[in-house]
Amino acid sequence: MFSAKILKLLTSPLSQSNPITVQILGICSALAVTAKLKPAFVMALSVTVVTAFSSLIISMLRNTIPSRIRIIVQLVVVAALVILVDQILKAYVYDVSKQLSVFVGLIITNCIIMGRIEAFALGNKPWPSFVDGIGNGLGYGIILVVLGFVRELLGAGTVWGYPVFEKIGIYHTGYTNNSLMLLPPMALICVGIIIWIQRSRNKNLIEK
Amino acid sequence: MKALRNIVDKMKPNFEKGGKFSKLHSTFDAFETFLFVPKTVTRQGSHIRDCNDMKRVMIVVVVALLPALLFGMYNVGLQHFRAVGLPDAALMQCFWFGFLKVMPIVLVSYIVGLGIEFGVAQARGHEVNEGFLVSGMLIPLVMPVDIPLWMVAVATAFAVVIGKEVFGGTGMNIFNPALLARAFIFFSYTPFISGEKVWVAGLTKGEGIVDGFSGATPLTDAANALAEGAGTVTYTGGSGPMDWFLGTIPGCIGETSTLAILIGAAILLYTGVASWRVMLSVFAGGYLMGLLFNLIGLNAVMDMPAYYHLILGGFAFGAVFMATDPVTGSQTNAGKLIYGFLIGAIAVLIRVVNPGYPEGMMLSILFMNAMAPLIDHYVVEANIRRRNRRLKLAK
Repeated sequence: MFSAKILKLLTSPLSQSNPITVQILGICSALAVTAKLKPAFVMALSVTVVTAFSSLIISMLRNTIPSRIRIIVQLVVVAALVILVDQILKAYVYDVSKQLSVFVGLIITNCIIMGRIEAFALGNKPWPSFVDGIGNGLGYGIILVVLGFVRELLGAGTVWGYPVFEKIGIYHTGYTNNSLMLLPPMALICVGIIIWIQRSRNKNLIEK
Repeated sequence: MKALRNIVDKMKPNFEKGGKFSKLHSTFDAFETFLFVPKTVTRQGSHIRDCNDMKRVMIVVVVALLPALLFGMYNVGLQHFRAVGLPDAALMQCFWFGFLKVMPIVLVSYIVGLGIEFGVAQARGHEVNEGFLVSGMLIPLVMPVDIPLWMVAVATAFAVVIGKEVFGGTGMNIFNPALLARAFIFFSYTPFISGEKVWVAGLTKGEGIVDGFSGATPLTDAANALAEGAGTVTYTGGSGPMDWFLGTIPGCIGETSTLAILIGAAILLYTGVASWRVMLSVFAGGYLMGLLFNLIGLNAVMDMPAYYHLILGGFAFGAVFMATDPVTGSQTNAGKLIYGFLIGAIAVLIRVVNPGYPEGMMLSILFMNAMAPLIDHYVVEANIRRRNRRLKLAK
């Protein structure tokens, strides 16, 4: 159940084949929802759930789906899961769901999900597909959480809504929040810096 | 001079390969070539290839910036003494006050920027890039005088690392580093670089303001008139176009005096360091755009005489020192004309149409920096097509 091969499916998307920093997928939502940590975390969780279960379902159906209409079938499965996630968010964390607004619905178009289904779930058994979905969701999530943490801390001086900088009393020294951090362009630069750090540590990832 | 040369020569072997301090080779090389013209000329990077090396070219620009810097220091003092009700302060008194206010900003910009440059060069083992000699002087000149020093440090670090080193150092950057530093502060710490108080030393801390004194720049006045829907713009800084041309008005440290900037422009043009095509076409673009808005004439700002735009705000400074940057601008002659013209036109467009940004020069130059390669591409394509046609006709 947890052979080395399966574990690798879980861990490699966290660094070596990270969906955001290596495959450069799902960038839009990574820029749009990471101004605060909480929505970023909820978004990461939602995408992980959708990726895992859509991979699982498609993998179970893979031998019965005619290949000419497979995209339609995949979309139906993914859309159903996204609506489910959206309803749950609205029921239990309404404020976060309002902040995420349209981006929950847009999980359907997230390249990571379709990418994993097309590249992995269609050719593998349900259990590895499920683990692969979780792994890629987490790889996406870890970048989102890092971005959300950095942007919220430097942009608003809070972490998960808790006013860290105010409690330390750093504002008395003349420090001011950096409002550029809350704008999407800075998120893009932050992603760039993460990619820079990752590639300088792991030379194999540098393109020729 | 000879004694200095001897000292440098004696120290040199220590820094060569295998010497005691060979790790510090980049640092030593930077100082040696700064003091003496080296035997090598620039071979790559920025496209300047003649008997001068890059450091000499950069020094000319720094010299051209001196009039603006010196006048800026004087003006900082002048505005301050006007604000506290001592309009008759002596020239030297004004200058000394301004000197003490401006010098820390210059020092912070140079220390942070050169610190990073030296560190990176040392780590990568190549020679120190000269570009920052100019950027380090440009950054303080486009800052308001009351800017907190740590913001200058953060912005300079951002501009050097993200704006330049990431792309491969001097000669490889897409955007003008000095403007990038200003844009960083503009979007990060907006209240510290816009509004009516930051342009005069001490106003933000509420140091005595005389009745009737306003720290607003003429462009802020224009934006206010637009926001209020007033029929005409009421200018509070200076008594008219002559004051604006001389620069005795509130504004960024180096940008107020069009006269001092024109002296710098003369130096740049005489030595052939900057391109007259860019400079001329920026002014032409701004002026023609101003005339166009005069024709439309829907509100007070559109009715502003077109030449006002050329002497107000950072227009002249941007045209002379920022747009002419050989690295980030267009390279072809026709391209330079288009590039400059659009900078001027877009700057005036932003000023007049968007009340959120009273000054459009920074955004316009950064935008055209990004467009410059595209302009060059089409200029070169057009040239190839023209010559092809000629070839066919000859056949």
